Amino acid sequence: MNIPPDYVLTLSGILFALGVIGVLIRRNAIVIFMSIELMLNSANLALIAFARSLAPAQEALRGHVFVFFVIAVAAAEVAVGLALIVAIFRSKESIDVDEVSSLRG
Amino acid sequence: MTIDLVLFFGLALIAVVAAIAMIASRNAVYSALFLVFNFLTVATLYLLLNAAFIAVVQITVYAGAIMVLFLFVIMLLGTERESIGGRIRWQMPLAIILGLALAVELAYVLLRNDIVQDSLVELSVEFGSPASIGRVLFSEYLVPFEVTSILLLVAMIGAIVITRKQRRENK
Repeated sequence: MNIPPDYVLTLSGILFALGVIGVLIRRNAIVIFMSIELMLNSANLALIAFARSLAPAQEALRGHVFVFFVIAVAAAEVAVGLALIVAIFRSKESIDVDEVSSLRG
Repeated sequence: MTIDLVLFFGLALIAVVAAIAMIASRNAVYSALFLVFNFLTVATLYLLLNAAFIAVVQITVYAGAIMVLFLFVIMLLGTERESIGGRIRWQMPLAIILGLALAVELAYVLLRNDIVQDSLVELSVEFGSPASIGRVLFSEYLVPFEVTSILLLVAMIGAIVITRKQRRENK
């Protein structure tokens, strides 16, 4: 399989920017969180593209290992983040980020 | 070569459209399903880039476990609808303009860089297979791998503590 890594990097850049737009324009905390997942995923795509470009060297596998760790950290982050969102919903009855501006908890 | 490029551009188009649909749809459940679609497309791209193990991990952990957790919380809270119109009126057009500028600049810089080589070597199926990654993971990266298990344990405890404390305060 021969895809130029430049193209994959470009796709990951575009997906990252779409994640940024999602964080900026949405006010539902869960959708903002999903946009962050999109950005993490695009970073993973860039790492895999770099690993493919360095490929026959055994060191290139480190890119794959790094992506593995990023996915594990993302899983931990989602568990804590969704717990926070549930806690915010319990005290505010809303997960609109505009409502969470009082600093009172 | 050409069939790979056709595959890549097809997948890239699907991934970008799914991402746009995710940030544009008003219902959070649709957003989550479009994000699952995007993750599956990216997993297919991983397969095209000789990363078989990562592709499978992507599908099971990301598209499977994490997105099920998202859908579960959306349906638990029942907040899939979003009111239209924020407090800051000019925020949305400004964010879209700046975000698109960021996308164009990122794409331009990444397309004209010299950090990756264009001529790729044909790889054996051994590269990126679970066996080869496992060998690296359990020799060179054994300590970080074990630390990951502690991280997951701490995240689990943290999630339980955050939701439990709130319940006690409500009583």
